[in-house]
This record gives sequence, C-alpha cells and structure tokens, in this order.
Amino acid sequence: MTPKRPFELIVAGHGATVLRVCRAVLGPVDADDAWSETFLSALKAYPELPGDANVEAWLVRIAHRKAIDVTRAAARRPVPVADVPDRPSIPRSDSLDFDLSKALAALSPKQREVVVYHYVAGLTYKDIAAVLGGSADAARRSAADGIAILRQVHPDNALRKGRAQ
Amino acid sequence: MNTSYGPDITDLIDALPAVTETELRDLHGRLADSADAQQVLDVAYRTLDTPVGTLLLAATVNGLVRVAFETEGHDKVLQSLADRVSPRILNTPKRLDVAAREIDEYFGGARQHFDLPLDFRLTTGFRRQILAHLSDIGYGQTASYGSVAAAAGSPKAVRAVGTACANNPLPVVVPCHRVVRSDGSLGGYLGGLAAKQLLLTMEAA
Repeated sequence: MTPKRPFELIVAGHGATVLRVCRAVLGPVDADDAWSETFLSALKAYPELPGDANVEAWLVRIAHRKAIDVTRAAARRPVPVADVPDRPSIPRSDSLDFDLSKALAALSPKQREVVVYHYVAGLTYKDIAAVLGGSADAARRSAADGIAILRQVHPDNALRKGRAQ
Repeated sequence: MNTSYGPDITDLIDALPAVTETELRDLHGRLADSADAQQVLDVAYRTLDTPVGTLLLAATVNGLVRVAFETEGHDKVLQSLADRVSPRILNTPKRLDVAAREIDEYFGGARQHFDLPLDFRLTTGFRRQILAHLSDIGYGQTASYGSVAAAAGSPKAVRAVGTACANNPLPVVVPCHRVVRSDGSLGGYLGGLAAKQLLLTMEAA
C-alpha cells in the first residue's frame, strides 16, 4: 500500500493550481470560497482516497462540484456592482493587458472548464471526461474550440489582423 | 506547432493572474480554522525554536502527541504521524498555543512542570508504563535507568527503560533526559547528547 502523505503536503503541492483553476472558472470573487470548500471536503475524504490515486484530478473533481455550488449560490444573490476586485495583476510585456480570466468569459462553460482543467490543472482529456461526463474526444474538441476563441480575443491576434489588412 | 493565428497556448494560460504566497497563506489559515471547528483535523502541528533546536510539536484533539527534534527529521516524523495516527494533518499553530507557551517558559527558566493534556497513543504497554513514571523525576533531579525500572515494577527491565526513553514520543515534556546511567554518565538521548546535557545543565542552574 502506498503510504498516504500528510494532508499539509497536498495543500502545499496543489493549493496554487487549485486556486488558479477556481479563479479561471469562477472569477476572482468566488474563487476563495470555492478553494476553501474544495480543500475542506478533500480533507474530510482524504483518508478514504486510494494511495495510488491521481491527487490533482481528484482535487479538480471536487473543485468542479464546488464551483457548481458556488455558481448556483451566486445566481441567487443580487448582482454585485463591480465584478472585478482591486487585485494587482502582474504586468506582462508581451501580451499587453490581456486578462485571461476575462477572456475566459467568452467561452461556453464546458469549453472554459475543459481549457482550464487541461491547460491550468494539467489533467488528461480522459481525466476531464471522468469529471465532466462525455468522452475524451469530446473534451479535446471543446478545448480546441475554446483555445480558438481565446486566440481570437487576444490582442496579439488583433494586431496581426490589423497588419494583414 | 502553432498553426493558427494568435499567441502560443502557454502564453495564453500564463496570462492568468499569479497566485501569491500571502493569498495562499490566508487561505491555508482559513482552511485550518474551519477544519478545526468541524473536527476533521486529526493532527495539528507547528514548529518552535528552542535552545535545543527547532522542535516539531503535534497534537490530536486529545492532547500533545509528539515532540520531535530536528535530528529525527521533521518530514519523516510527519509521515509517521500520517501512517500511525491519521493523514488529516495540517500546520495549525493555534491548537499548540498552550504547549508552545509552556515549552517557551520551560526554556526561559520560568516553568518546572508541564500542565498539558498528553496523548500517549504512540507508545504502548510497558514502554508507556515506564514513560508514565518519568514525570515522577522532579525538575533538576536525575534517576538511573535501573531505578526507573524498579519504580515501574520490573527492576530487571533496565534495557527496556533505555528503549522506552529512546522511543519517547514526547521528549522534553516527558523528561526522559533526566534518566542517566548509574555511574552518572549521560547514557543516550534521541535528541543527541548535547541536547541532553543542555537540558540537565539548565535544570541544575
């Protein structure tokens, strides 16, 4: 039997990725709650997790369910006035002011989830199919569609188009 | 190979705002608090700097379960707690506030007895019986391995006393450092002989 690592190491090893996933799927406002709910659930269930399980895929599966809960709760709340909090973003020289979390809003929920789970969390399309339902191929197609949309809205692309005309 | 217009996928994904250490620390603190409140945190731990090096302190809901010297390897000790107690372990200083304060006071010379709930689950049987007798050796006193064996009701179990001390899950708090050889020499110590000498010298002052 594979020894179970102390849960502290699970938080240390995957906390940042899960937060990026929550932010990308939910936006920064609800991400903290989703993160907290995810790790609290994970801590409860951790002793029963098989020792050889893919911990990242397991965490994303929990985060996915929590994100659905948070979205439902948010739908019952009045819409906040400002949806982007005052968070310092890292300036990037190569992509101007491109904010992926905003661009992701242009995707369908399925496309957004697949793109985030694959490219941010590093899950395989097979793992993603297990989380979302459907086939690995369908997940791969959604990811390709999603990435195509992100490229369209990216300012680099607008630049190139401008030059081409 | 990037065949479509636009930036590389990696660049797209890297455009997500970075997660900072402070944000993660805050979230970790919130998690630890909720876990403690909902009683799903089986082992809380913290480290504490002392004159005998950084100690790892770990507690279950029943009390202090482990004190570990750096020489034991704190990562190894945490893994062994995961194996023997529960993997639901978080770095949560709060549950150890009282233990840390008392140990601080002890090293500052302001405390001679620990008044802490102790969880002896990491030791069993005769070893546990021996450890229970160690607290009878007062601050600044020493006892021989033989006299501890006699006090535990088995005068011949001198080696067992040595083994019990060498495997004491709660050193410093359960004072195995006060057990020395009958000729007055130090014997052994799981935290190293320098640590044992320091503790005895400090208590004798």
